Amino acid sequence: MISSLLPPDALTLLQEAAPAAAIPAPWTIRFFRQPIPAGFPSPAADYAEEGLDLNAYLIARKSSTFLFTVVGDSMKHAGILDGDKVAVDRAIEPRHGHIVIAVVNQEYTIKRLYRRAGVIELRPENPAFPAIRFAGLDELHIWGVVTGVVRRFAV
Amino acid sequence: MENTPRVFALVDCNNFYVSCERVFNPKLADKPVVVLSNNDGCAVARSNEVKALGVKMGTPWFQMQPLARQHGIIALSSNYTLYADMSQRVMTILRDFSPEVEVYSIDESFLGLQGLSRLWPTYTDLGQAIRHRVGQWTGLPVCVGIAPTKTLAKLANHLAKTRPEFAGVCDLTVLKEGQLAGYLACLEVGEVWGVGRRIAARLQALGIGSVQALRATPPHVIREHFGVVMERTVRELRGISCLDLEEVAPPKQQIIASRSFGAPVISQEELREAVSRYMQTAAEKLRQQGSVCSAVQVFIHTNPFKTHDRQYSTGVVVPLTQATDDSRRLVAAALWGLARIYRPGYCYKKAGVMLLDLAPASVRQASLFSQVNPRTAHLMRVLDELNAAHGRNTIHLASSGIQQRWAARFDHRTPRYTTRWDELPRVHA
Repeated sequence: MISSLLPPDALTLLQEAAPAAAIPAPWTIRFFRQPIPAGFPSPAADYAEEGLDLNAYLIARKSSTFLFTVVGDSMKHAGILDGDKVAVDRAIEPRHGHIVIAVVNQEYTIKRLYRRAGVIELRPENPAFPAIRFAGLDELHIWGVVTGVVRRFAV
Repeated sequence: MENTPRVFALVDCNNFYVSCERVFNPKLADKPVVVLSNNDGCAVARSNEVKALGVKMGTPWFQMQPLARQHGIIALSSNYTLYADMSQRVMTILRDFSPEVEVYSIDESFLGLQGLSRLWPTYTDLGQAIRHRVGQWTGLPVCVGIAPTKTLAKLANHLAKTRPEFAGVCDLTVLKEGQLAGYLACLEVGEVWGVGRRIAARLQALGIGSVQALRATPPHVIREHFGVVMERTVRELRGISCLDLEEVAPPKQQIIASRSFGAPVISQEELREAVSRYMQTAAEKLRQQGSVCSAVQVFIHTNPFKTHDRQYSTGVVVPLTQATDDSRRLVAAALWGLARIYRPGYCYKKAGVMLLDLAPASVRQASLFSQVNPRTAHLMRVLDELNAAHGRNTIHLASSGIQQRWAARFDHRTPRYTTRWDELPRVHA
């Protein structure tokens, strides 16, 4: 089933997050890292955690994941806006309902993959744009499956 | 387990640099593409379409202009940042298949396969799984050669690339002796790993023209003519494993940093800047591998392709009183050497430095007149950390200049698609 329209949030994950692989984390936020006074064990020490790693949240497999910059508005109702960065995992087998990067007219395009009852289409999520229909699967060259979108605000 | 015979796979990316470019630019598919060396000099990678036009490895770009115009060859500057990142991805994927991986070059790795046979119906199935996984995850085509020795695995890889019947994976361990001999008889002896052009010519003079002929020559005969290294090669061709995997690369015995200039250089001042720059790069590599060096070589030369220009090519070795990894001392030594060999009146095309006589920094010996200053080590560490965090050459010695007019040209360099936020590939929505 195609997921419902999502509001363009600052950080929207369009797929359920896959299990986090062991990826070195350049950006981590550490909790409970205050100096421990000598003599008294810190009551917080048992609760120390590794922190949150946005890389691990967005990227399940580093070897097969690439980032793209989005140009255009055809996916805006899926929460993907002009200028956003999207994470694309080539290891995922594309299925109906996935947002994918495909090669159309020798260019990369990002669209929702529709594949039902013999109909194969790349569908935009903006009524101003038409769907692209394919006669067969071998006509459609999918580069990878989009697993997330990142946007930073100018502050 | 120790009685299990060794089995090696050589996994090699096809036309690696060109393939990397094609992953991010669909317009390059099925077109003749070459990747050129620094300063857009010579072909360092060719697509199959370019190979079919007869363009050889190392052909200078200006020499293939007529062909390029006729067939629309697309030339790209080398984008080593991208290639290194893609290489890293491939090597990580290979480590999922075997615990034993030797990264042999940017686009080739040896894998130890013995012990994995129970996990796969055949080694060919394993090879196909590697091909499929690397292809799907990175977009890069690879071929796999499988054999009981590394030397044979290299040849198996060559067969996998050139013989369509193998579908990209050639396992020599399942071939019958007659079949194997047949294939090896069709390969020239120069295809053998470690047999260079000179040895190939000497072998041919002895009537040994094919790989099979070399394999059939008794090893002791080869040793008499060529020494023990070639004898070992013949044993490897006969299926006796003599070369094991080197999973940890030994520290390099010499470090070279050299470049062709983007524009011809005439003045000593500009040569000094370039030599200083290259030495700082080399010194960083030296510190990365934890070595010190006791001698540096500087070399400069003019452009041998410009046959009308006056030619000059020379180098000098400068010994150091004390082994060091201090950029300032190394640069000073290189500039001292440069002053000895520089002659005015020539158009210089290239300069470089080589660090010689490397030793681990931990065993360095103090000389009579100087001591190791702990503040130096600290300063160099800060330098390397700043440059690692903020990009190459953020901090450098003033002797390498500010304008760097001589710096390399990358007229056709593609974006660093995987390592720069502002150079990511673009997708149309």
